[in-house]
Amino acid sequence: MDLDYAPAPESAAIGRIADRYLPFIDGEFVEGNGADLESLNPATGQPLTTVSTVSTEDIDVAVASARRAQTRVWSPMSGPERGKYLFRIARLIAERSRELAVVETLDNGKPIKETRDFDVPTAAQHFFHHAGWADKLQHLGLGPDPQPLGVAGQVIPWNFPLLMAAWKIAPALAAGNTVVIKPAETTSVSILVLAEILAEADLPPGVVNIVPGAGDIGAALVSHDGLDKVAFTGSTQVGKSIQSALAGTGRHLTLELGGKGANVVFDDAAVDQAIEGIVNGIFFNQGQVCCAGSRLLVQESIADEFVARLKDRVETLRVGDPMDKNTDVGAINSQTQYARIGSLVDAGREEGAQVWTTSCPLPEQGWFIPPTILEGASPTMRIAREEIFGPVLTVMTFRTPDEALAKANNTPYGLSAGVWTDKGSKAMAMASKLHAGVVWDNTFNRFDPTAPFGGYRESGFGREGGRTGMAAYLEPDEEA
Amino acid sequence: MASGLPDLAGDEDSLRRFLIGLPPVDPVGLEARAATLATRSIKKQSKLAAIDLAISMVDLTTLEGADSPGKVANLCRKALVPDPGVPQTPLPAAVCIYPDMAAVAVESLAGSAVRVASVATAFPAGRSSMEVKLADTRLAVSAGVDEIDMVIDRGAFLSGQWGLVFDQIQQIKQACGEARLKVILETGELATYDNIRRASWLALAAGGDFIKTSTGKVSPAATLPVIHLMLQAVKDFRALTGEQRGVKPAGGIRSTKDAIRHLVAVGEVAGPDWLDPHWFRFGASSLLNDLIMQRRTQTEGGYWGADYVSID
Amino acid sequence: MARTPVRKTYKLYLGGAFPRSESGRTYAVTDASGAFMANAACASRKDLRDAVVAAGKARVGWAGATPYNRGQVLYRIAEMVEARRAEFIDLIKRESGAGAREAGAETDQVVDRLVHYAGWTDKLASVMGHANAVSGPYFCYSAPEPTGVVGVLAPESLLGLVSCVAPVLAGGNTCVVVTPQACSTITFAEALATSDVPGGVVNLLTGDLAELSPHLAAHRDVNALDLTGADPELRTELGRSAAETVKRVYIPRHEPDFTAAPGMARLRAFLEVKTVWHPTGAVSLAGNGGY
Repeated sequence: MDLDYAPAPESAAIGRIADRYLPFIDGEFVEGNGADLESLNPATGQPLTTVSTVSTEDIDVAVASARRAQTRVWSPMSGPERGKYLFRIARLIAERSRELAVVETLDNGKPIKETRDFDVPTAAQHFFHHAGWADKLQHLGLGPDPQPLGVAGQVIPWNFPLLMAAWKIAPALAAGNTVVIKPAETTSVSILVLAEILAEADLPPGVVNIVPGAGDIGAALVSHDGLDKVAFTGSTQVGKSIQSALAGTGRHLTLELGGKGANVVFDDAAVDQAIEGIVNGIFFNQGQVCCAGSRLLVQESIADEFVARLKDRVETLRVGDPMDKNTDVGAINSQTQYARIGSLVDAGREEGAQVWTTSCPLPEQGWFIPPTILEGASPTMRIAREEIFGPVLTVMTFRTPDEALAKANNTPYGLSAGVWTDKGSKAMAMASKLHAGVVWDNTFNRFDPTAPFGGYRESGFGREGGRTGMAAYLEPDEEA
Repeated sequence: MASGLPDLAGDEDSLRRFLIGLPPVDPVGLEARAATLATRSIKKQSKLAAIDLAISMVDLTTLEGADSPGKVANLCRKALVPDPGVPQTPLPAAVCIYPDMAAVAVESLAGSAVRVASVATAFPAGRSSMEVKLADTRLAVSAGVDEIDMVIDRGAFLSGQWGLVFDQIQQIKQACGEARLKVILETGELATYDNIRRASWLALAAGGDFIKTSTGKVSPAATLPVIHLMLQAVKDFRALTGEQRGVKPAGGIRSTKDAIRHLVAVGEVAGPDWLDPHWFRFGASSLLNDLIMQRRTQTEGGYWGADYVSID
Repeated sequence: MARTPVRKTYKLYLGGAFPRSESGRTYAVTDASGAFMANAACASRKDLRDAVVAAGKARVGWAGATPYNRGQVLYRIAEMVEARRAEFIDLIKRESGAGAREAGAETDQVVDRLVHYAGWTDKLASVMGHANAVSGPYFCYSAPEPTGVVGVLAPESLLGLVSCVAPVLAGGNTCVVVTPQACSTITFAEALATSDVPGGVVNLLTGDLAELSPHLAAHRDVNALDLTGADPELRTELGRSAAETVKRVYIPRHEPDFTAAPGMARLRAFLEVKTVWHPTGAVSLAGNGGY
């Protein structure tokens, strides 16, 4: 018999989605002077709520507010006091975790299982971790009295809206900076619920300003003269334009950009766990992860059996309503991204790759793409070189460790890589030779606020997380 | 010998090469997968279906030094009438007892669909001669049991005498005749997942109809990661040989929630073909009553009380 | 009768050899007073390309050398400079017009700077790296790794050049250095060539910064730029070009005082922090107890 799972939907009411969300500037929710945008539920394609966006004038106001707060309140405040605000925020996120998980799932399309068990708890953990740094800056290795940079302009993507906000805001604030942050156009809601939490925590006005808007607002923010620091997470293309715009300004910049992570499976790997890691590496968050393990490099001697087992496992993934607690793969965040993934898969097919998709039925509405495996890919194909940012795995083979390394490193990116082998020395050696900011040996897609995250080469520069991540928001008190 | 497997009988070297050549197990990855799958939310009609299935998979067990004919007869009565108030409640798969109680159980359950399983082979430690183990098995088989639950010689396994363990399972299998053989690995004593994987394949290759986790006398007993590993083994064994075999967790599964988590693993790791009492069992005693209570809750609403369910 | 001195032509230092420019161009180097000092090779775009290839080839070997070994090589450079102290003092005096004491002090500082960085190589991992206390069964650590090939626009003084190049080398990077200052630079290259620095690890090109630097900034196999020797306008232009391949760009926060003790900024600028995760399962199923 089969054990069919009855629908187990989380209640949308828990999200308390409002009719309208407002920018958060200088401690107040204010009407933005930009055009309203409609935020859609990717699982249905239907409007979820309306978000008021900002104009460039609003950005001036937000930056001025952040500057005032930085010089008058936040920077002069003692480390322990700053830290207590961050601890308070961490606690409040935990207390409203169920609500935040529902909000994130409704607005982003990712499964409730992930928002509940990963996005929201990890966001709280980021605030909790960084809170503790606020009064320990002298122990970071940046001299006895490192100084905050000032006002940080931050632009975050739509794939982990709340978590990216936490990644950006928590270290900036712990170091004594203030923030003007712009969420992605399609995912503004969870960060505006976070704004309620910031207000509830009595965070001084102007310390965090949240300015919803589209790409033009992001461009205006990052090139604003009133900033001391810009932090961007998003596409390599936009990252390059920001780096170019900031050249010669002397403003600090960190970039966390795209990737084309290789997941290298040797014939001596713990095969079943490797398969779990491959699945997690590319289907977690519908593959919309900059560090996704989008290129499977499997040793030729086990390739056929491995891919067959992998497909068998992928068949058990449940694609569907993101609000259902048993959904493993939810909706693609937007129509645009949905179309882009589709066109890249088509390109792969045209270039000669074999396209396999799971047979799991898809919902009739919303933007769903079944987990897809592209076999027979060669390194020259677009699907092997370009970031697809979707639930699409490209499979290639190798014969020797050298060939695996050469192929894994054969990309302008360098964000993540995975190695699967039961041989410890080989795992460590591979880890040291892979050109990637994060290497997962016998695991994948693990994140922690204590662990620096960031890329080599065109995946960006600067790190987020841990002691190294704090350095991205401080000026060492030493001359060089 | 099953097709697709190398001939392992009587050839210690082939057996060793085969078992050593099995893919290693990464404990963290295995445990993470088991923990994730344990978050499945099984509600409403699915839950009721799962409860009924779980009840039908229970090997209702008493394995105490104090067991008596009266105690065993009561247990059998419980198996035949699991919930006196609700006659349509499914019957458990079997009653599991010691060999000297086999005759009582066979008599009590005669004519019913509930099978009789007997432990054997100097259960639970298995520390005796092969003659004694075979005699123990024959005692149960001659009483007419349907199933034998043997224990492997963990000492032999851990000291690397894999051929000996293999041979002993084959001998017991032969002594079973028509009875199905469940091979208890006592996973808690095997200490590592790699050992459990090897022991699973050894038992399957030697002819075990079921691989079973534990005697219930050693902790840790059945855990979800161990069950994942054993379910993967029977799935892969079928893919290699075409022969389907069963899995039986025993010890430590007391709640409906635990049982449903196991069923989720059965469905998603081994596959729906194993969601059948012929291929999956729960070795348990108190589990049945919790399943019955939860069944009442599902069908009648409200929370049920322990004193409203019979204690056998 | 007076002996006719043998004049020296200063050539490029590229891939461990001293070739002329492939273009055949040279330029006259003058001293502080404007008098002729020597002819020097004037590097071309193709020389720069060759230098990047050489630096790229040397990258894996230099990054893979043990930190102890890199430290010894850097210390050996210091020894070689010290051994040619008089020659450097003479060149610095002529190039900058400095007095003997000043030129002597600069030469000493060059030696001391090299010694300073020789001592850094095997400490970077423990100073910049860290074990990460992640909340899960994983051993997670972060450690610095060299960025790769660094293009250095060197300041005019020898001390400035060495202050830029030494931290790049200490971190395990290879470099292509462009400088207009031929005589002391190429004499320094001679010290490098005799001090166990593998060929291609340092490549020194003398010539016109404005001509060469755009090609350096745009080169896809150059991973980072040190723009210390560029003026503000050039820095902006090169910074924009560097963005095309997301190069790391180092520009000093303040006008550098090379006589001051160096901090870590120049080391950090050309190091990537890599984070590695490895599972640490229980040794045994029952192994949650104390051992």
